[in-house]
Amino acid sequence: MKESMKEIIRVEGVSFSYDGVPALLDINLSVHRGDFLAIIGPNGSGKTTLLKIMVGLLRPGQGRVWLFGQPLEDFKQWHKIGYIQQKATNFDPIFPISVAEVIAASLNSVSRPVKPGRRQVRNKIMEALQTVGLESEAGKPMNSLSGGQQQRVLIARALSTEPEILLLDEPTTGIDYPSQENFYDLLGKLNKQKQLTIVLVTHDYGIVNRHVNRVACLNQKLVYHGEHSEFCQSDRFRELLHGGHHLISHRH
Amino acid sequence: MNGSLIFSGLFLRALLAGGGLALACGLLGVFLVLRRDAMISHGLSHVAFAGVALGLALNLMPVIVAILVCLAGSLLILRLKEQARLPGDTAIALLSSGGLALAVFLMSIKKDFGAELMAYLFGDILAIAPSEVYLAVGLALLVTAGIFLNLSRLIFMTFDREAARVSGLSLSRLDRLLVMMTAVTIVLGLRIVGLLLVTGLTVIPAASALQLARNFRQTLFLSSLFSLLSILGGIVLAYVFNLPASAAIIFLALLIFSLSHLAKRWR
Ligand SMILES: Nc1ncnc2c1ncn2[C@@H]1O[C@H](COP(=O)(O)OP(=O)(O)O)[C@@H](O)[C@H]1O
Ligand SMILES: [Mg+2]
Repeated sequence: MKESMKEIIRVEGVSFSYDGVPALLDINLSVHRGDFLAIIGPNGSGKTTLLKIMVGLLRPGQGRVWLFGQPLEDFKQWHKIGYIQQKATNFDPIFPISVAEVIAASLNSVSRPVKPGRRQVRNKIMEALQTVGLESEAGKPMNSLSGGQQQRVLIARALSTEPEILLLDEPTTGIDYPSQENFYDLLGKLNKQKQLTIVLVTHDYGIVNRHVNRVACLNQKLVYHGEHSEFCQSDRFRELLHGGHHLISHRH
Repeated sequence: MNGSLIFSGLFLRALLAGGGLALACGLLGVFLVLRRDAMISHGLSHVAFAGVALGLALNLMPVIVAILVCLAGSLLILRLKEQARLPGDTAIALLSSGGLALAVFLMSIKKDFGAELMAYLFGDILAIAPSEVYLAVGLALLVTAGIFLNLSRLIFMTFDREAARVSGLSLSRLDRLLVMMTAVTIVLGLRIVGLLLVTGLTVIPAASALQLARNFRQTLFLSSLFSLLSILGGIVLAYVFNLPASAAIIFLALLIFSLSHLAKRWR
């Protein structure tokens, strides 16, 4: 198999219910190396649930998940996976922690074949902060940064362990529009230049569509899963453009 | 001040045991406060009290029995939180009333140890025996080592549980470690400041540190420092002015909290 075609995540026949109330029905989906997949759908359509199943936070009621070709139950190389949960910047505002400490805590915790030394950790932190343009903020308290900056610190934290895939759940909620554009440009750059595979949950497809190559539309079931270019010619997309807002509602 | 008093074995023993306890409380308290688990020490102190009563009733070393009972209680609190779907503070309330009920019951059937048990209600650091000092210092160092060996993991888990889980950390193992270290620290604290004040010992220094610290390293440092100042200062004050040590310790801790809070507001 060609390296670029390598399957990083495979979701097969997955269904999930919360206390008997179904949230996902028979989802089949795969993510390949280098993909930038957008998962879109209205609120309550199961996007967060699907992402949590992909990273092992929830066990599917039915179906199976493979990560890097291994069944999720046996998967151990968690440093290959970066995950940024929904409302990730809603952390405790009194938590006393500097930007560098946020990243160091993760870097020093993750089990790896070789444990990085103190100096190496320092370098990795600065490298990751440079990637997101925050190297001058390393010593600042996390809670003194803006929402957009905090979100970039969390990206830096995820990048510091050199993951092969990044999964993000509505990462720009509550961030002003120019910062959102910067943020998605950064994701686009990481995807194109560093071959980082990205899975992005969003309900604002407009702002990401120029970076994305694959789309999954979710509404308990997978309504569409395929190429972004084909998606643009589909009825779903036209509905989306012409006010058919049932795919991108903004109920909160 | 009488020089011979300063160097009396009694006083030195109290300082040694107090210093060890201070370090463990200062470090652990930061995690308890940030995890919103401050009341766990309240609950466990009651369980530990029952353990002391049991030890006295059975004529065994009360501190050892208390540690065993308290360790079991700490794991039970975690279980109840996870499996009975009880909110954390409810699980704690179940256990603390159960603990106190057991202590009262034991006291009623064996009336002769009531006075001894009272020492654990209010603490009595200046009466600590040499064997207990070694135990206290040893256990306090064990707790301190447990925190430092797992420092990054504990910080990661406390700051961002979900991300920590996805990074492959075993959170249930870390939760158990924290609650068991709390159990041990509480029993030591019971001997020194007593059931009624031990929660303050684990919480106030960390709360003061949070007023001033700008990062985690500073928080741990300040919390340990404030804890040391309160406990050692309290013992000295108690010794010199013949005050109850537990009250002196908590007053000092609260004074430091007030000053930290004022310093924060003036900054
Ligand atoms: N912890 C939970 N307990 C019960 N129901 C939940 C829970 N989380 C989500 N749900 C329900 O599952 C459905 C899917 O939720 P979610 O995956 O969060 O959707 P989305 O991320 O697309 O908004 C919703 O109907 C939601 O109310
Ligand atoms: Mg969601």
